[in-house]
Amino acid sequence: MTATTITDATLAEQGTSLWQDAWRRLRKNRLALFGLAVLSTFIVIALVTPWIAPYAYDAQNLDLGASPPSAEHWLGTDIFGRDLLTQIMFGGRISLAVGFVATAVALVIGVTWGAVAGYMGGRVDAVMMRLVDILYALPFMIFIVLLMVVFGRNLLLLFLAIGAVEWLTMARIMRGQVQSLRQQEFVEAAISLGLSPATIVRRHLVPNALGPIIVYTTLTIPSVMLLEAFLSFLGLGVQPPATSWGLLISYGAETMEEYPWLLIFPGAALTLTLFSLNFLGDGLRDALDVRGSGD
Amino acid sequence: MSLLSVRDLQVDFTTRNGRVTAVNRIGFDVESGKITAIIGESGSGKSVACYSLLGLLPMPPASVERGTAVFNGRDLLAMTERELRQIRGRDIAMIFQDPMTCLNPYMTVGAQLVEPLIYHRKVSAKEARTRALELLTEVGLRDPESTIDQYPHQFSGGMRQRVMIAMALINEPKLLIADEPTTALDVTIQAQILALITDLQRKRDIGVIFISHDLSVVADIADEIVVMEKGHVVERGDRLRIFEQAEHPYTRKLLAAIPAGSKVPAECAREDLIQVRNLCTWFPQGKGAEPLRAVDDVSFTVQRGEVLGLVGESGSGKSTIGRSLLRLVPITSGEVLFDATDVTQLQGTALKHMRRRMQMIFQDPYASLNPRMSVYDALAEPLLLHGIESRKTVEQGVLRLMDDVGLARAFVRKYPHEFSGGQRQRIAIGRALATRPEFVVADEPVSALDVTIQAQILELMLNLGREYGLTMLFVSHDLAVVRHIADRILVLHQGRVVEQGTGEALFNAPQEEYTRQLLQAIPGRILLQ
Amino acid sequence: MWRFIAGRLLQAIPVILAVITVTFFLVRVAPGGPFDSEKAVIPEVKAALEAQYRLDLPLGQQYLAYLADLAKGELGPSFKYPGRSVNELIAAGLPATAELGAYALLVAVVLGGLAGVIASLKPNSAQDYIPMSVAMIGICMPTFLLGPLLVLLFGIHLEWLPVAGWGDMPGDKILPSLTLGAAYAAYTARLSRAGMLEVMSQDYIRTARAKGLPEWQVVTRHALRGGLIPVVAFLGPAFAGLLAGSFVVETIFQIPGLGRFYVQAAFNRDYTMILGTTVFLSTLIVLFNLLSDVLAAWLNPRLRAQFGEA
Repeated sequence: MTATTITDATLAEQGTSLWQDAWRRLRKNRLALFGLAVLSTFIVIALVTPWIAPYAYDAQNLDLGASPPSAEHWLGTDIFGRDLLTQIMFGGRISLAVGFVATAVALVIGVTWGAVAGYMGGRVDAVMMRLVDILYALPFMIFIVLLMVVFGRNLLLLFLAIGAVEWLTMARIMRGQVQSLRQQEFVEAAISLGLSPATIVRRHLVPNALGPIIVYTTLTIPSVMLLEAFLSFLGLGVQPPATSWGLLISYGAETMEEYPWLLIFPGAALTLTLFSLNFLGDGLRDALDVRGSGD
Repeated sequence: MSLLSVRDLQVDFTTRNGRVTAVNRIGFDVESGKITAIIGESGSGKSVACYSLLGLLPMPPASVERGTAVFNGRDLLAMTERELRQIRGRDIAMIFQDPMTCLNPYMTVGAQLVEPLIYHRKVSAKEARTRALELLTEVGLRDPESTIDQYPHQFSGGMRQRVMIAMALINEPKLLIADEPTTALDVTIQAQILALITDLQRKRDIGVIFISHDLSVVADIADEIVVMEKGHVVERGDRLRIFEQAEHPYTRKLLAAIPAGSKVPAECAREDLIQVRNLCTWFPQGKGAEPLRAVDDVSFTVQRGEVLGLVGESGSGKSTIGRSLLRLVPITSGEVLFDATDVTQLQGTALKHMRRRMQMIFQDPYASLNPRMSVYDALAEPLLLHGIESRKTVEQGVLRLMDDVGLARAFVRKYPHEFSGGQRQRIAIGRALATRPEFVVADEPVSALDVTIQAQILELMLNLGREYGLTMLFVSHDLAVVRHIADRILVLHQGRVVEQGTGEALFNAPQEEYTRQLLQAIPGRILLQ
Repeated sequence: MWRFIAGRLLQAIPVILAVITVTFFLVRVAPGGPFDSEKAVIPEVKAALEAQYRLDLPLGQQYLAYLADLAKGELGPSFKYPGRSVNELIAAGLPATAELGAYALLVAVVLGGLAGVIASLKPNSAQDYIPMSVAMIGICMPTFLLGPLLVLLFGIHLEWLPVAGWGDMPGDKILPSLTLGAAYAAYTARLSRAGMLEVMSQDYIRTARAKGLPEWQVVTRHALRGGLIPVVAFLGPAFAGLLAGSFVVETIFQIPGLGRFYVQAAFNRDYTMILGTTVFLSTLIVLFNLLSDVLAAWLNPRLRAQFGEA
C-alpha cells in the first residue's frame, strides 16, 4: 500500500504489519501447517490427476474383481477391478472442485450482500438482512434434496444450490464486520479527511474485514464438501460415470463386510481433507485473532 | 500493628517474550480506619499487587515470586486457596472499576448481593434479604424493595457501583480494596461515590486500599498515599506530605501533570470563524419512540484563533456537536457557518474542500488509527488526497509532520499496534494537521491517556495550535483540563448550552446551578486552590 | 414474552407459506410426471388417475385446492402407494424418527455440552485437548462414514450390538443414535467451550471469585448460564441438521422412519409424498428454530425485558 518507498533505508526501522504478525503466529501452529501441507498436496494431485493417475479412469478388470491393496493396486480394486487409487484421485477432483467453487459462489454473493447492507445501513440494511433472516429459517437441506430430485443431478446445479445456502452466513459475518468497522474512529477520520466512499471501503474497510472472511471461507469449504458427499451418498449428488468421495464411500458402505478397504480409503481421503481444512481454519482464526465463529 | 502489612512482594508474568516483573519487591501498610491510596499509571503494577494478595490473578501466567502480606496476623501469600477463600468476601472485599461489567447480567441484583453472606455466614435466605435491603438503603438506593429483584442492566452506572459497594460491605469486612472505583463514572457521580466510600469507611472504621491513576481523585479522601512506578514503590507517606513535599521526581512529575489554573484568554481577532445557529441533532430511536435529542437547539460562535472548550457529562451532547460541525453525523436542523459558508449544505467537491479546512482528533488512539496502515500510509494519505504534496515530495512531508508532533523519524514504517497510547495520539494529531486545517475538533483527546502523557499531549496541542494558527473546539468531560487549555468554555447539559464564559469567570462566579454542581464535583479542589 | 412469541409465530407463517409454495411449484414443473414410468398406460386410465390427483386442473387451481386441503391438515393421497394418504405414511414414519432424533439430540447436548464445559475449565491442558480432539474427529467424520465404521467395528467385528433395525432387538437403538448425534455433539462441544471461555474471562466472574465462592460455584452459578446460551441458540439449526442426517442414518440402519420414506419418495418421484413431507418437516424446523430462539432470549434477562416491552 506504500505509495513510494522510504529512500533513507538506514534510518527507518522496519515495522511489523498485522499480516506479518499473523503469518508468524500461523507458522508456529503445527496443526495448521500440517493442514496447509496436506491440502496443497491434494490440490496439486487433483490438478495433475489426468496425467499421473496410475490407471485409466474407466479401466476395468472384471477378472480381477475386488482385490485388497497390492503392489499393482496400492489401494486395491473395486468389484469391477477398477483401481481404487485412480478412483479416489478422480473423485477428489470433483469433491475439491465442488468445495472450492461452491464456496467461491457463496463468498462473492455473501460478501457483496453483507458489505452493501452494512455500508448503506438504515432501511436498505433492514430489508436486505430481513431477507437473509427469512432464508435462514428455510430448511435448506431438504430443499437441496428436493432440487436435486426435481432437476436431476447436475453438477452445476449442485454448485449453485450449495453456494446459495452458504452465502447467508457469509453475508451476516460481512455485514457485522462492516457495521462495527464503520463505527470505528479511524473510519470517521477517513471520512473527515474527505476520502471517497469507494476509497474508504477499499483502503479502510476491506483490509480490516478480511480476517474473519478468510477464516470463515476456510471453514465453509469443509462444510460444503460434507454437503456434497452427503448428497452423493444418498445418490442425489454426483452421478456415475463421474465419481466423488461421497459416492465412493456410498459404494464402499454397501460392500464393507467383504471389502472394507473400499470404505476405508475413500473415507480416509475425505476425512483427512476435512481435518486439514478445519485445522487450517482454526489456526487462521487464532493467528488473525478472529473472535466468534459465526455458526 | 497494621491491619495489612505487605513486605518484599514480587509478582512475575510469563509472556511470549519471556518473564516480566510486574511488581518488584514492594512494601506498604494499611491501617484500620484509614484510606491508603495506591497511585500509579498503567503498567505500574498497582492493581496486580492488590489482586495477588487475594489470589485473584490468573496463575499462570502470573506467579508470586516472594514476599509476605500479613493480614490480621496471618500471611495471605502463604495460605492455601481454601484458606484464602475464607478471607475473600468476608474479611477482605473488593470493588472494581467498571460497574457495568462487574455484575452478573444473568442474575438479579439481590441474588448476587446475598451470595457472600449466605456462603460465608450460612444465614437463611430470608435473613440475608433483610440485610441486603438495609444495606441498599444505606448506600443510597431509592426504593430497594422493588429494585432488589431487578437485573443489573436496569440500573445506571452510579447505581451499579452502589450495589457493588453494598455487596462488598455485606459481610462487614475489615479491609476494602477499591480498584479505580470511580474512573468509569461521570464527575458528579464520582463525587457521590467518593463521599459514600469515605462515609461508610468512617462509620465502620475499616481499612481501605484505594487504587487510582489520578492523584486529584484521592486528594480529598486518602490518609496515606503510596506512589508506584513500573513495579516499584517510589514514595509513600501521608497525604499532606506527598502533596506538599514530594521527594521523588516521579511523584513531582505526577503532581505537575495535574492541570491547574485558568488559561489567560488569547488576544483574538474578534472575528467569528464559525457560527452555529440553532443546531439540532436528533437520533431516531426506532418506531414510535421519541427521537434522542442529543443536541437540542444549540447556538454559539468560535472566534478565529481561539480554543473553545466544550464541557459536559456523558449524554450532554458534547461529542455530537463536534461531529455535527464536521458532518460526521447527519444534523436534524440548524446552520453551521464556516467562514460564512453553510457547511450543512455542501456536497461533493465543495464538501471535500471544506473537509480539508476542518479536521478532528479522536478520543481513543487505539481505535482512531487503521491497524493495517503504517505511520507512513496514515500520514501520506491526506497529503496526497488534497494535493498538498506530490508523490515525489510526500515522503519529506510525512517526515516533517512526524517532526512536528514529536515522533522519531525512524518509526515511519511502524504500525499502530507497535506504539504506546501517547505515541498513537501523536500520529493521530499529525494526520489531522496534515491537511493544514484552520479548525480542529479535539474530542476528549487526552482522556484515554495516562496523566503524565496527558500533560505532554496537551502541551503539544497548545504549541501546535499556536504554530499552525489553529482554531480549536476542545471537547472534554474534565473541567480542570478544559480550564487549562481553553480560552472560553461552554457548559453543556442534556443537549443544551447551560452557561458560557472564560474559565476564570466560570470557576469564580458560576451563574447556573448545574455549573455549580459540576464545579463542586471536581475532585481535589484543594489542589486547584 | 408472550407477545414476542406471538410476533415470532406471525413471522413464521410467511416462511412456511413460502416453503409450501416453492415446493409445490418446483414439484409441478419437474420434468417427468409420476406416471411416466408405467409404460403404455391406457389413456382412459391415465386420465382417471390424473383426475384423482387433480392433475387435470389448471396449476393455479391445483395450488389453491392443495392449500385448502392443508388448512384441514390433509396432505393428500400418495402417488406410489395408492389408497394410502401422505398423512398415514408420515404417521407411520414419525415415531421412529422422532425417537431417533430425541436420542441424538440428547447425545449432542449432554455429551457435547459436558465435553465443552470440561475442556473450558482448564484451557490448553490435556483436559482441553483430549475432548476437543475427539470433537474435531466428530466434525470431520461425516455421518455416512461414521455409521458404517461403527457398524463394522461394533456390529460385525466385535458383535456387541445389532447392525440394523429399530426396536426389534435390545440395543439396536444405540448405534443409530450415536451416529446421528456425534457430529452435533462435536459442534456443541466446540460452541460450549468457546462460550464458557468467553464468559469466564468476564469481569463478573472475577467479582464472584472475590466473594470467596469456590470455583465450582463460580462455574455453576455464574458462568454456565451465559456460557451455554450459544448452545441453546444452536439447537434450532442442529434440529434441522439432525432431520437431514436422519435420511442417511435411517438408510444405513434400515430404520422405517420418515427420513427413509423421504429418500424413497424422492427416488420414486412420489410427488405428493415429497410435497407433504417437505411441508411437514419444514414446519417442524421453523417451529423448532422459534423454540430455540425464544429459549435463548428467555435466558438473557436483557433480551427478555426488551421482548416484554415490545
